[in-house]
Amino acid sequence: MADHAGVAGGDEVDLDRRKFLTRATIATGAVGAVFAAVPFIESWNPSERARALGAPVSFDLSKLDPGQMAIPVWRRQPIYVVRRTPDMVARISGHDGDLKDPESNDSEQPPYAKNNQRSRSAEYLVLIGICTHLGCLPKQHFAAGDLYPSWPGGFHCPCHGSRFDLAGRVFDGSPASVNLRVPPYSYPKELLLLIGADERGVAT
Amino acid sequence: MTLKTATGSAAALPKTKAGKGLWAWLNKRMPIQEFIAEQLTGYYAPKNFNIWYFFGSLALVVLVLQLVTGIFLTMFYKPGEATAFDSVQFIMREVDWGWLIRYLHSTGASFFFIVVYLHMFRALLYGSYRAPRELLWLIGMAVYLALMAEAFMGYVLPWGNMSFWGAQVIINLFGTIPGIGPELVLWIRGDYGIADATLNRFFSLHVAAMPLVLLLLVMLHLVALRRTGSNNPDGIEIKAKLGADGKPLDGIPFHPYYTVKDFVGIGVMLVVLALVVFFEPTFGGLFLESPNFEPANPVSTPADITPVWYFTPYYAMLRAVPDQRLGALLLLLAVLSFLFLPWLDRSPVKSMRYRGWISRTALAIFVVAFVGLGYLGLQPALPVYVMSARVLAVLYFAFFYLMPIYTRLDPVKPVPERVVYHAH
Amino acid sequence: MRIEVDCPSGRWLLAAALAAVVACAPGRLPAAEQGEGKFGADWDSWQANTSVSDLASVQRGARNYTSYCLGCHSLKYERWSRLGADLRIPPELLEQDLLPPGAKATDYIESAMPPADAETWFGKAPPDLSLMVRARGKDYIYQLLTTFYVDPTRQTGANNLRLPAIAMPDVLSELGGLKAAVYRTESHPGPGGSSISEQVFDHFEQLVPGRMSLAEYDGFVRDTVNFLDYVSEPTQLERRSLGLWVVLFLLVFTWLAWLVKREYWKDIH
Repeated sequence: MADHAGVAGGDEVDLDRRKFLTRATIATGAVGAVFAAVPFIESWNPSERARALGAPVSFDLSKLDPGQMAIPVWRRQPIYVVRRTPDMVARISGHDGDLKDPESNDSEQPPYAKNNQRSRSAEYLVLIGICTHLGCLPKQHFAAGDLYPSWPGGFHCPCHGSRFDLAGRVFDGSPASVNLRVPPYSYPKELLLLIGADERGVAT
Repeated sequence: MTLKTATGSAAALPKTKAGKGLWAWLNKRMPIQEFIAEQLTGYYAPKNFNIWYFFGSLALVVLVLQLVTGIFLTMFYKPGEATAFDSVQFIMREVDWGWLIRYLHSTGASFFFIVVYLHMFRALLYGSYRAPRELLWLIGMAVYLALMAEAFMGYVLPWGNMSFWGAQVIINLFGTIPGIGPELVLWIRGDYGIADATLNRFFSLHVAAMPLVLLLLVMLHLVALRRTGSNNPDGIEIKAKLGADGKPLDGIPFHPYYTVKDFVGIGVMLVVLALVVFFEPTFGGLFLESPNFEPANPVSTPADITPVWYFTPYYAMLRAVPDQRLGALLLLLAVLSFLFLPWLDRSPVKSMRYRGWISRTALAIFVVAFVGLGYLGLQPALPVYVMSARVLAVLYFAFFYLMPIYTRLDPVKPVPERVVYHAH
Repeated sequence: MRIEVDCPSGRWLLAAALAAVVACAPGRLPAAEQGEGKFGADWDSWQANTSVSDLASVQRGARNYTSYCLGCHSLKYERWSRLGADLRIPPELLEQDLLPPGAKATDYIESAMPPADAETWFGKAPPDLSLMVRARGKDYIYQLLTTFYVDPTRQTGANNLRLPAIAMPDVLSELGGLKAAVYRTESHPGPGGSSISEQVFDHFEQLVPGRMSLAEYDGFVRDTVNFLDYVSEPTQLERRSLGLWVVLFLLVFTWLAWLVKREYWKDIH
């Protein structure tokens, strides 16, 4: 460069200082760019409207007969609410050896649903009705022997054949690796189910 | 004196750096290194740029800002009579950071025009439109016209009352075209009044068609600039004095010298932009007008209907003419007059630095007329304002169409051989 | 209706704000309170002089609004929950004191009056006020709410200086009392040496006092206007406080970029 008339390295040129300042400016600019990206990235978060529509949903359990399932929607997800008969509750146990995660150690549920029946009470089962494999809706096959002679009753996903028992626990040999998820829920009143909120507060 | 073409200098480039690794792999498949060498480190710009030479790169920065914020706004905005206004409020209140993205876009629109007007003034000041840069100037004017169309259609989208009535007035201008006027207006609107159809086609043009046109024109503007090189405050062609190495004696590589310099300009502009966005986003009703916070109302015209500030010089001229067709014609001529500048200017020198008092006075009068008309266009149509607008409109046109005369009478000073530059 | 503020200094702030209004009164309070000039003569220069950063005032304004305005005027772009969060009103208090029966906290603030009925009653539907401060300015609304006067020729019995022939009745007269507009006759030279006389508004006369003194009513209106200012752009406080940091950061960046530029340009002679 120095041979060029317009550009000449003078005595006062301190290349270290130049390098340092250039790097400091680039670093500051990069920090600024990251900060500037935040509003754009966060604008994709659920809007206040989506959050308002995602508020907890209540469901009247008195409409549900024993052995039946209702599917209210919470946060655009079908919620399987099953009123289990004592016979159905009995069919939850006895096949722990065939399950991938019988204790629900690797599965997603509130602490009060981390038990064999995966619910607050034996009678009512509340699940997010989305297969943990790839998101299809498992179909109900509550009757024993419905799918094959040893079938204890539960759910079967039509897309890829995952099978779950009457507590939403996944059977060995299914493509899904964890149990059906349980949303936070509570019973503010007798026979009133509130999906999306419990004593720990509203779901985030 | 032969002009060295971009390809010519590229062929002579030493290929020392394209050594090994990913960089070499890429360069074997794409001329990245050549591009940098031709367009940045090998592109020589005059060393005597002053503050007026910031606005070209700043316009590019604002363009990027508008593209990014615009893309994000499009994700949340819903065109349509019933949804447009509400969706803007949805963005302002319910989308995380939506208010910031929207203010950046609305402020960016005004900044685009501020920067472009200053960029154009620079051309007037130093004769940048003169040969051999006529085409560069014409493409630049095409960018300006496309920008006006883009801004106008964007202004309609929030569907406020000023959006609606602005669209009404501007579209009706097309009705003054003899013969086809009324049919043309109907066709543009797609309904018997400004309606859903109008809003939806403007949306499509604003977010897809015009940005593509703008990007293409900006690219052509830069390509043309690469052929002629930049003018400079002295109006001297630096390619006329080459050194032993074939580089202009008064030129310096664009990178790093002007890239580091432009970042200072970008920083200053972003500070000003942030001050507006965060502390005065409506800019006293100039950037976001109060009537636009009321939804479009086809049965109620806002009390004082004025366009956004960047259109007001032309709007004042339109209003100053007591005839509909002539008014529209004058407005068109006012915008298009810039196109003729390269051929109207007969001065033997380019830069105001070496022009005489006549050219300088003419430019000063033009600036006063343009700014004055801009002010008057914001005022209500009272007789005193209309009369003033007529006087200023005469001065505006006198600047252009008396130019062949006064630039020849102008007592010019001798132009130095080399550019004037004092190191600081 | 009552808002208990969770901010402990709320009461103190209220007192301070009131004191400030009284202390800074000259030029701001209606002239009658100051005992000088004619009350209302300078109404079109009255300013709201409010600040959204005065949280207590905005809170009082919210209470005023739900008590006196919400019957007719919705705030359809604002949710109750947003209002609660921004104004630091705890959810339980929001539910108890502000939410209309049957409304959810996540609902938009809608008025109870069906727009169709409103049109029959008032000739036009009362406008939504979410954006009114941005559209008209806070001084406009302050002047509108303080320049109602008795006008028997109007169906509502009231007229307004800021918006003549206003469709809205003087709903706040219970608080602010009733005023009469006193006119004076002004003569201008007309065409052909004749003279045209014109009735020009001169000042207000208080006919019936309201439940509030003029100063209290003035504070009431200012709080309400301040609340409407907040609603017109709920993010404005966040905007300003964030802006300071952004500008400071950009100044640092610009300074660094300038240092780099100066270094590199030492090459150029």
